[in-house]
Amino acid sequence: MHTSSTSTAPDEGTQLLLSHFDDLDQQHLTSNLGMWFFLVSEVMFFSGLIAAYTVYRALAPDAFKLGSHHMAMWVGFFNTLVLLTSSLTMAFAVRCSQVGDRRGIVRNLILTALLGTIFLGVKASEYKTEIDHGYLPGRSFHVSEHDAEVLKAASLDANGNLDEAKFSRNKGQFQMMFVLYFFMTGVHAFHMIVGIAAVLIFAVLIRIKWFSGFGTTQVEVLGLYWHFVDVVWVFLYPLLYLIE
Amino acid sequence: MSASALAHHDGPPADYLSDSTVASWLLTTDHKRVGILYMISVTVFFAVGGLIAGLMRLELMTPKGDVLATPDSYNRMFTMHGVIMIFFFLVPAIPSVLGNFLIPLMIGARDLAFPKINLLSWYVYIIGGLMGVWILIFGGIDTGWTFYTPFSTMYSNTMVVTAAVTVFITGFSSILTGLNFVVTVHTMRAPGMTWFRLPLFVWSHYATALIMVLATPVLAISIVLVGLERLFHVGIFDPKLGGDPILFQHLFWFYSHPAVYIMVLPGFAVISEIIPCFARRPIFGYRFIAFASVAIAIFGFLVWGHHMFVSGQSMYAGAVFSILSFLVAIPSAIKVFNWTATLYKGSIKFDTPMLYALGFIGLFTIGGLTGLMLASLAIDVHVHDTYFVVAHFHYIMVGGTTMAYLAGIHFWWPKISGRTYPELWGKLSALLVFVGFNLTFFPQFLLGYLGMPRRYFEYRPEFQVLNVMSTAGASILAVGLIMPLVYLLLSLRQPRNAGPNPWGATGLEWQVESPPTTHNFHEPVLVTCEPYLYSPEEAEREYAHVQHVHSS
Ligand code: HEM
Ligand SMILES: [Cu+2]
Repeated sequence: MHTSSTSTAPDEGTQLLLSHFDDLDQQHLTSNLGMWFFLVSEVMFFSGLIAAYTVYRALAPDAFKLGSHHMAMWVGFFNTLVLLTSSLTMAFAVRCSQVGDRRGIVRNLILTALLGTIFLGVKASEYKTEIDHGYLPGRSFHVSEHDAEVLKAASLDANGNLDEAKFSRNKGQFQMMFVLYFFMTGVHAFHMIVGIAAVLIFAVLIRIKWFSGFGTTQVEVLGLYWHFVDVVWVFLYPLLYLIE
Repeated sequence: MSASALAHHDGPPADYLSDSTVASWLLTTDHKRVGILYMISVTVFFAVGGLIAGLMRLELMTPKGDVLATPDSYNRMFTMHGVIMIFFFLVPAIPSVLGNFLIPLMIGARDLAFPKINLLSWYVYIIGGLMGVWILIFGGIDTGWTFYTPFSTMYSNTMVVTAAVTVFITGFSSILTGLNFVVTVHTMRAPGMTWFRLPLFVWSHYATALIMVLATPVLAISIVLVGLERLFHVGIFDPKLGGDPILFQHLFWFYSHPAVYIMVLPGFAVISEIIPCFARRPIFGYRFIAFASVAIAIFGFLVWGHHMFVSGQSMYAGAVFSILSFLVAIPSAIKVFNWTATLYKGSIKFDTPMLYALGFIGLFTIGGLTGLMLASLAIDVHVHDTYFVVAHFHYIMVGGTTMAYLAGIHFWWPKISGRTYPELWGKLSALLVFVGFNLTFFPQFLLGYLGMPRRYFEYRPEFQVLNVMSTAGASILAVGLIMPLVYLLLSLRQPRNAGPNPWGATGLEWQVESPPTTHNFHEPVLVTCEPYLYSPEEAEREYAHVQHVHSS
């Protein structure tokens, strides 16, 4: 029964079989499934927020619309392209691991990390502009003249007079838009940071031949995680930047 | 991993307890040892939580506040009691102790799918636990285990953020355990162990694990939001800034109603193993019980609003949640009926695990029926936030989960330790727990119905008689709970006298030696039959010659 190797030396281009598995197929299936279920749990993490966003948006469409207008749509678009490209290079890395091309894996992983870093850089500059405009929720949140005008226009009662209660609610919801924006993109960015670190560690370990990265387990599972982070962004982008 | 595996290759197979160095325990990846680590730690937390409960009951003996100095310290007490008991005892107890120990054995696997992640989950749990103790010592928290906003975010001047971080961290331990179980059941089953040959213990844990993976992240996110709101006042729950305090309740109960099933489904798991064994009959309605577990897991997500009947949600929402709550009771009732049907005409042996299991069925039924009362909108408006609710969830969670945990510990103790325990003491403890429990919590139904609010530190004098009864019951309960701790620990000094299968039970875990060896099975396992093939005709005969060593 225990035909498996228990050596901890770097594998010479074959997958190591851990001692509690019967064969490589089982091991492969297990790690894939593990990552899938982990990602399902991550989906729930974001879905609570997305649900809250949807509800609040439905309650105060004008304020959220105004918030969306302040998002730099084209910057976000550029970032989406960057991230999708990184998914492509990640897919290349997985392919290389399947055909046993060590240099290919390392190169593609580094490219992936690079694209991820560009994404984060762009995101950081977006944050900076937004914070400079006073959009960071909390005590320093600041509604500009112009925004206040728009919100006032959206807070008129049936006779065309300003409904103060509605106006202050709209101002609150305007901030809420940014709360959710910063929180969701922030959690997403955190996942990116973890992902970039993991990708770089993999690249180094494979480079120094700690393990080969060949076969169908490690790099593939890493790839699943990376694609997931991309997919989350593909939901966040239209939600936060595009919806009218 | 490598050290134990090598030992396995070279010498004769050693049992999983044989390497006794501290390092070998702290670095173990053996699912059985991780189970033991959890067993020790949940016991410690249970003791701490129980001690606090004792103090509170003392306080409530008299209508005036006298034992615990101030209302404020009382608030901190019940909050810590709730947080510790729920997040550090009820949630991990059965899955992380018995589930970890038994699931691989039951499905014929050498370990869980991710042994290292399993160990990691314990460390995460311990870090969370240490932070919890830290809070307890340095100031406490007074929001109640539910952390309701806006109190928690704006008014409380206690360690809310630290507590939020604690719960967040501990949640990850639960997610990791759940993940491990789901994947293990999918990929690690021995040949022939089809889904419908899985012991019901495994089915229940599978359903539990699904809830852990799906619901816990939502709790994590809501608790992070509380922390953010408190630290930066971002306005997510503050109406002045456009937020809504009720949002928190929605997010919280979306996790925490399913979470009550995280606590009780593993209890079902244990009972479904014990009942057929001591009734010597195959379990009645195997598939119904299996599917009922999954149905509970799914329906559990749809009923959170029954905690919010009086929060100002619309009447229609209230009505819908009320009806859905009645629906979720159906699968639970199916289980109770199936256990009863299994008992019917069985030749029942009243050993300690069976006594605990029967106690479970009784108490759980009362808890479930009062749950239905609470789910009826009109009644809930009357008893909401009174001792009626306290009694309801204690019947379910203490009467259900804790009884089932004790039943399981007694049932599998010979397997875990290799030793039997004094049967007479065991029976006595089961009896004391049952009597003490009812005396403690039944008066609370009456108190609540008469109008005593929960979470109060002083009360009107006419409630005193019932409160004194409750406190008296609590002291009996305490004795009943301490006894197993003593005699089970003492049993470790005996030689290993249990034999592989002291109860004459079916199931793969009973076919290996007690205690099992490191990788569980010596030969490849092949499963060829259904579970629970107890034959009623042979039951009496079988019982006569099973090696049944009782040292009472
Ligand atoms: C099966 C296991 C169950 C467990 C572990 C459980 C646990 C709990 C807990 C802990 C609470 C109190 C929450 C708080 O601190 O406010 C509670 C309240 C409640 N439970 Fe259960 N429960 C269970 C089953 C049920 C069922 C089957 C129903 C209905 C069909 C139900 C209906 C309710 C209702 C309506 C409340 C809210 C009462 C109020 O706050 O006014 N429960 N339950
Ligand atoms: Cu509930």
